[in-house]
Amino acid sequence: MLEGLRAYRMIAGMWVRAGMTYRVSFVVTLFGNLVMTGMDFAGILLMFSQVDSLAGWSLPEVAFLYGASVTSFGLAHLAAGSMPHLGRRIRDGSFDVLLVRPVPVLAQVGGDQFSLRRLGRFVQGGAVLGWSLVAADIDWTVAKVLLVPLMVVSGAAIFVAVFVAGAAFQIYAQDAAEVQNAFTYGGTTMLQYPPSVFGKDLVRGVTFVLPLAFVNWVPAAHVLGRPYPLALPGWTAFASPLVAAGCCALAGLAWRTGLRSYRSVGS
Amino acid sequence: MGSARLYLAVAARGFRRYASYRAATAAGVFTNTVFGLILVYTYLALWDERPDLGGYDQAQAVTYVWLGQCLFAALALQGGGVEFELMERIRTGEIAVDLYRPADLQLWWLASDLGRAAFQLLGRGVVPFLVGGVFFPTALPSRFDAWAWFAVALALAALVSFGIRYLVALSVFWLLDGTGVNQAMMICGVFFSGMVLPLNAFPGGFGDVARALPWAAQLQVPADVLMGETGVAGACAFQAMWAVVLLAAGRLVQSAATRRVVVQGG
Repeated sequence: MLEGLRAYRMIAGMWVRAGMTYRVSFVVTLFGNLVMTGMDFAGILLMFSQVDSLAGWSLPEVAFLYGASVTSFGLAHLAAGSMPHLGRRIRDGSFDVLLVRPVPVLAQVGGDQFSLRRLGRFVQGGAVLGWSLVAADIDWTVAKVLLVPLMVVSGAAIFVAVFVAGAAFQIYAQDAAEVQNAFTYGGTTMLQYPPSVFGKDLVRGVTFVLPLAFVNWVPAAHVLGRPYPLALPGWTAFASPLVAAGCCALAGLAWRTGLRSYRSVGS
Repeated sequence: MGSARLYLAVAARGFRRYASYRAATAAGVFTNTVFGLILVYTYLALWDERPDLGGYDQAQAVTYVWLGQCLFAALALQGGGVEFELMERIRTGEIAVDLYRPADLQLWWLASDLGRAAFQLLGRGVVPFLVGGVFFPTALPSRFDAWAWFAVALALAALVSFGIRYLVALSVFWLLDGTGVNQAMMICGVFFSGMVLPLNAFPGGFGDVARALPWAAQLQVPADVLMGETGVAGACAFQAMWAVVLLAAGRLVQSAATRRVVVQGG
């Protein structure tokens, strides 16, 4: 585990240095990422230019959901955003090279093509989250203050688990790598809107099957003082770290199973 | 007539090339369906608050969502058609081979892109659209002529889409690296084609500007033609105007680029 983290840090550091060689390109693409990920929020602002509330939620409240979803996803994407490219490595056979190195494969896959450009998403989400904390009408308590950073970190861990599970899936699926976009990008998009927008079954699915609801919906219910999705009990707002740990364990298991059944394309 | 056959053959190869990635196509269908589902619910909530937003009723808003998912890959609304390959060929210098061919560069890539678009419309677009139609109340016309005009609008939209992406790709002759322009194209494409929100629902003067830009010809206009929200003649003229302007600009830039071209490579 520690060895893996060390290797990850070294690989990521190497890519950061490589990326910094083209400084202008780095700054431009960082800015581009900021704008691009901000487009979703521009869409939300456009919606609220026409209405005062969406499914009973005000703009600052939706901004809170948006900010929490995007910062969590931004952190996860920073750490594991290269994993969707695994399919290509498997297809062209270069995955084999990773297997013979004396470094944990997951660390190599995660650190591959690491780029600080991806910070754009995190920064943009963080700015919206920060604004919402001021603008929303929140009855602050100590528990709520602690819950906000806990929510972001746990949410990031849940998304990392989704990325890792997606990488494991690619060992079987290869060409079908895009399926995981539905859960990663689709997930973070869905969480930007109030749960009351979506059908009951969809909310049940992202609570009990793929527990994305614990990224922000459930903790947000406590912070904003809103009804819990699916009328979950109050303590669930603080359950995100547990859910995240469970997700990571399952994703790790999936990754090991996938790695063990890997068969090279032989080229 | 010989050259028409050539470009038809290029288009057919483009179609078959994309058709060979079956698993990727299935994955794309799944992802478009999931995104459609998410978007539909947010639009339903939005139209609950403002029942006639942008002149659409709820069923029309739902139809718009699924049409967007249907056309997303075919019209390469955020990029990702053949232009990435073209950029790569310019960057590596392989473009010299293309210029050497006894075929027109623009028409060659247009044919190839139309072949790709045709496949992605059938292979990737139809299923999400059907899923939307089956599970949600949609506003599809029953008259044949509405569908016929829709087909015309789609063909024009494909030309506009290529026109934009061809210009962007040619900029690599000067920039050498397409990362930045690709990003800009992606941002403009998603936002101004109305993937985030129908352009009809954009407020005030900003909405007027957005509806006059070429990206409006890609999704908003075909959607309005299909649902009878606009006069077909005016709508198609708007698309044709942008198609002509963009393709002519592409031709101009192409001749400037090839005259000064310094082929990259070793």
